[in-house]
Amino acid sequence: MIGADSHSPAGTVDVVVIGAGHCGLAISHYLTAASVDHVILERGEIANSWRHERWDSLRLLTPNWQSRLPGYRYAGDRPDTYMDMGEVIEFISGYAAHSNAPVYTETEVTSVKPTDGGYRVITNRGEWRTRALVIASGACNLPAVPGLAAHLPSSIQQITPRGYRNPEQLEDGGVLVVGASATGLQLAEELQLSGRQVTLAVGEHVRLPRTYRGLDIQWWMEVIGLFDEGLDAVDDVQRVRGLASPQLIGSDEHRTLDLNALSSIGVKLVGRLAGIRGRRAQFSGSLRNFCSLADLKTNRLLDSIDDWIEAHGIGSAIDPAERPVPTRLDDRPALGLDLGGGAIRSVVWATGYRPDYSWLGLPVLDRKGHLRHRGGVVDAPGVFALGLPFMRRRKSTFIHGADDDAREISENLRAYLDLQSRLRLAG
Amino acid sequence: MKVEEVAVDNGVNVQALLGAREALTAAPEAARFNWRATSDWVNGTHTKHEVEGYFGLGEEHKHRTAFAFDTDHPELFAAEDNGATPVEVVLVGLAGCLTGGIAAVAQHRGIQLKSVKAILEGSMDMQGILGIDSDVRNGFDGIKVSYLIDADATQEEIAALVAQSQKRSAVFDVITNPTDVHVEVAKA
Repeated sequence: MIGADSHSPAGTVDVVVIGAGHCGLAISHYLTAASVDHVILERGEIANSWRHERWDSLRLLTPNWQSRLPGYRYAGDRPDTYMDMGEVIEFISGYAAHSNAPVYTETEVTSVKPTDGGYRVITNRGEWRTRALVIASGACNLPAVPGLAAHLPSSIQQITPRGYRNPEQLEDGGVLVVGASATGLQLAEELQLSGRQVTLAVGEHVRLPRTYRGLDIQWWMEVIGLFDEGLDAVDDVQRVRGLASPQLIGSDEHRTLDLNALSSIGVKLVGRLAGIRGRRAQFSGSLRNFCSLADLKTNRLLDSIDDWIEAHGIGSAIDPAERPVPTRLDDRPALGLDLGGGAIRSVVWATGYRPDYSWLGLPVLDRKGHLRHRGGVVDAPGVFALGLPFMRRRKSTFIHGADDDAREISENLRAYLDLQSRLRLAG
Repeated sequence: MKVEEVAVDNGVNVQALLGAREALTAAPEAARFNWRATSDWVNGTHTKHEVEGYFGLGEEHKHRTAFAFDTDHPELFAAEDNGATPVEVVLVGLAGCLTGGIAAVAQHRGIQLKSVKAILEGSMDMQGILGIDSDVRNGFDGIKVSYLIDADATQEEIAALVAQSQKRSAVFDVITNPTDVHVEVAKA
């Protein structure tokens, strides 16, 4: 099919899965098991984002034992450490080979159009006809950079985590890192240790200790049932879907990376970047409150872990309960910073990602550009999604979260195909 | 967190607020409000203000009655002290917003409040507005709010109420974040 133009027929299937990341491969596993005729279309290579859109030092936030997909799991001898990107690529590629997934690589979907009883999926390598569609192209396609980026002085270098690889890309001199997610904290630390003075702008964030009472926080969150919590467990799912990733880092020492750790190496903490006026960055006076909110929330999580430990009577077998030191702040955190004086040479926008649906020619987006869906059942016949934040469960975006969602979506999908076949026969 | 059905009553109709939130999610244009005050100079630093009409949900509304306020400066500044200073009114606005928020969040979380008292302090270096030192800002260099709350809740739950109220407060946002202010003049 190489060299075929975008409208020459490539094939007809029951299901097209878009994206060969862990979610696309997970649902392929269930579709294969149920003998559903399908293909996976991948714009680049298997695990493409992990190969091309991550920084050099990144390791998974989840320990190896938690890296599991339907019919496949980490089998190495270091279950408690965290995969680097090479290992993640190997893990996901290994899964594709293991499950003999029908992946078409270097096949970029350029548009999707409704047609009789299904969809035309137009790619750079021909056109597929399909009855149903699974969007597994990821929730983190494009950096979400705030509009005020346009007001930065042109002398300042700007970079997003998607393009960032290592400190050498940045000019020498001070760096403003915007955003206190796992990404923001990891890059702030790496850049500060590279000899650049880092200022970190902190808005709403989620603080987590790496380990608690001697065990990985991911283990606790799993055993107390947090990851399995569904949509009815939270009162405002839109809010939860928009939360920053928890402040964690995967390291051999299982160290905690929080704002206190950054302060202790000299990173300056300021409030949320609220505006840019002339050469001056303005920071919100809400830093104290966002740190209080995060500290309170962390302690509530640790309370519920302690409750679980007590209910299971294992308290004497593990480390004693403890609470993290409250986030330390200067008496007067800076409310502004001169961007023109040379003290700040670059800005890192660790302000999150958004999905890219520019190729999806279906009227299924809300006014914020997100898919309209109920638990991954998209607002168009036979269209499903996977891997969106809190899609069905708190774990929906995690590697280990793909299994349950993919299994259920594959069941929804088969029910849809079955109903459609019967209606077609009846018609 | 779920809405408690037990007999917690802080005088806040949470169901109505949640209903409004749902309605405005569906019709975001109706969420656009316009708040107003009018102001009329009397003499010296004494000014009278009135708040009555506002716009929201696509139409004009009026408060149940027109509310009147006086602002002035104290006698210490050789003024007549006919009302609170404008910066004190800012503190009043912050307290009103945060405390109202605490009541609403407490109701939503099923926490009965017994008393909610606050002391607000805004510190200011007068060298700013007097033009003595151009490095000193005109406004507050810091605001301290101290809450004293009696409620059927743990200290952590009370701290979480106050934190959540700040997160959702309009006046807290107005004070902690920059706002574009456009002042224009017409000849009377």
